Amino acid sequence: MNSPNKGTNIGSYEERVKDFAWEMISQELEYEEGAPLNIGWYCTDRICGQGLGAKTALIWESTQGEVRKYTFDQMRLYSNAFAKLLQELGVKDSERVAIYLDRVPSLYFSLLGILKLGAIAVPMFSAFGHEALQVRLGNCDAVACITGPRLVRKLRKAMPELPALKHVIVVDVDNEGKLKGDEMAYSVEDAPPVEDFTAFPATKETPSLLHYTSGTTGQPKGALHVHGSIFSQYITTKWVMDLKPDDVYWCTADPGWVTGISYGVIGPWSLGATQLVLEVGFIPARWYAAIEKHRVTVWYSAPTAIRLLMREGEEIVKQYDLSSLRHLCSVGEPLNPEAVIWSEKVYGLPFHDTWWQTETGAIMITNYPGMEVRPGSMGKPFPGTAAAVLDDRFEPITEPNKPGKLALKPPWASMFREYWGNRAIYESKFKNGWYITGDRARIDEDGYYWFEGRDDDVINTGGHLVAPFEVESALLEHEAVAESAAIGTPDQVNMEVVKVYVALKSGFEPSKDLELSIMNFVRKRLSPLAMPQIIEFVDKLPKTRSGKIMRRVLRAMDRGEPIGDISTLEDD
Amino acid sequence: MAMQDLIIEYIKDEYLEEDDEVGLDTSLITSGIVDSFSMVSLKTFIENKYDISIPDEKAAPEAFDTVRKIIDLVHEFNPDAT
Repeated sequence: MNSPNKGTNIGSYEERVKDFAWEMISQELEYEEGAPLNIGWYCTDRICGQGLGAKTALIWESTQGEVRKYTFDQMRLYSNAFAKLLQELGVKDSERVAIYLDRVPSLYFSLLGILKLGAIAVPMFSAFGHEALQVRLGNCDAVACITGPRLVRKLRKAMPELPALKHVIVVDVDNEGKLKGDEMAYSVEDAPPVEDFTAFPATKETPSLLHYTSGTTGQPKGALHVHGSIFSQYITTKWVMDLKPDDVYWCTADPGWVTGISYGVIGPWSLGATQLVLEVGFIPARWYAAIEKHRVTVWYSAPTAIRLLMREGEEIVKQYDLSSLRHLCSVGEPLNPEAVIWSEKVYGLPFHDTWWQTETGAIMITNYPGMEVRPGSMGKPFPGTAAAVLDDRFEPITEPNKPGKLALKPPWASMFREYWGNRAIYESKFKNGWYITGDRARIDEDGYYWFEGRDDDVINTGGHLVAPFEVESALLEHEAVAESAAIGTPDQVNMEVVKVYVALKSGFEPSKDLELSIMNFVRKRLSPLAMPQIIEFVDKLPKTRSGKIMRRVLRAMDRGEPIGDISTLEDD
Repeated sequence: MAMQDLIIEYIKDEYLEEDDEVGLDTSLITSGIVDSFSMVSLKTFIENKYDISIPDEKAAPEAFDTVRKIIDLVHEFNPDAT
């Protein structure tokens, strides 16, 4: 299957692999070694300096259908204003500032402002409950949080456990009387313009963003990124998304997660591209109408959304003019072959799967515009990226199609630099000179990579990772739960959904109402993503003799697969 | 309690913060009050309460977008529900 795009930015993949050098990206970004490098400045001031200040940077459409457009010059002024506000509040460089907002314009202005100030931005998914917030903001000792009138009420529930959080800035407030305590209402569009703000002179290694991600054990970990990540995000957006000056680009990912920042902020705006943001979530008719109305040309979405669009069928597609689309990409979980074939048939374009992680900060393996797309394949490593599949001794497997541990050779520009306050776990991710991704894959005879599954217990639901431990910890607080184990169970739309096995305390009996109570309990504390969609009541959980829950056994039982070695299982 | 009141009470208790109001025609999905994952718990509540089973093909976001539509959906599977 060939992508129809001609004259792509990447040109020949093979040539790019052969001649790739980071110095080339430095030249494109006009960066000289040792000079200041601030993502906030690169995404606004630099673009204005290129004479593109009047170009539309952001087309924003509200849930109610109101459309607002912001130029790069407005982005520059509004991000300056947020930077100055935080500075006047006493926020210092390297301090952590959280953003807990729906997809509203101030999210983007404030993010760039935080980076200009030299503070570390901590994006929070707007569907997080108070406990999820508490764990993450408590872990990084966030000193300020920028939020909205709807979400501040959830933040208030977490506040008693967040002693470091000194400033709560609430945007888009229509009734200041509803604010409490020291909460501060702020409207950047009504504030005096800030023409000049000297961006913090960050270096390539200055921390920029803290993205929380879920691991097999323990609470979520904050993957720390640096301003130098822009090198990876700029060039991957240019070559993989193939963005050109007249494109209207739409990344559907929520900015509470890494995709919504790397490819919903840094990549496109460092290229001076116009991008669309829809406040509304997944509504097929609204999505298609937005593509038609705003003449979207490049669309970056996720397998879960694509599979839901497939379920909606072809008839709805015929009601809209989608002829502006010229390039489609996908990320979050493996894109099944049927989805690639369906998009080719219905949109006349294949979705190009991209593979990367919170820790990698940018696309690492992908299908390129102009290159043969093999439906179901992850594609090939990005030029300059050394990828491999390793055996159990962490040595590269040379035999084609033999599955192993997917690994990447450090360093690369957007690589995470640590898990916040957890050096030991960070170091455990590196073996024999390789970064171990936690995914399993195989490489075919032609160098295409194929995803084989996770190598750990992390649950991938709708393209987001959920830590079993976080779900189990929350459930321990439920009055009826004695102990529980969370696994991912296969799901046609979301790849996996959370399933929990629950042993009840004495005095409680399984019932449908109890199931619902457990679902809602987790949803409200953590997030809808972490909510168990299937609950199975059991008398006891399979454990090792040392008391560790054997999720592997539960997963095998759930999928009807062989249980494997259970010699370490505790006796009855 | 009438079906309309019961569903509204459940939505207020489970998906909204204090002071938020919801009516018969308030958009739940489009406005983000209930997302696609949370819809699963709303569907479970409806199924438990009215002793019905809603198949996946009928559980589209549009069918859960307002309390009025949810009531219609319940009546499709249990015409006697009140």
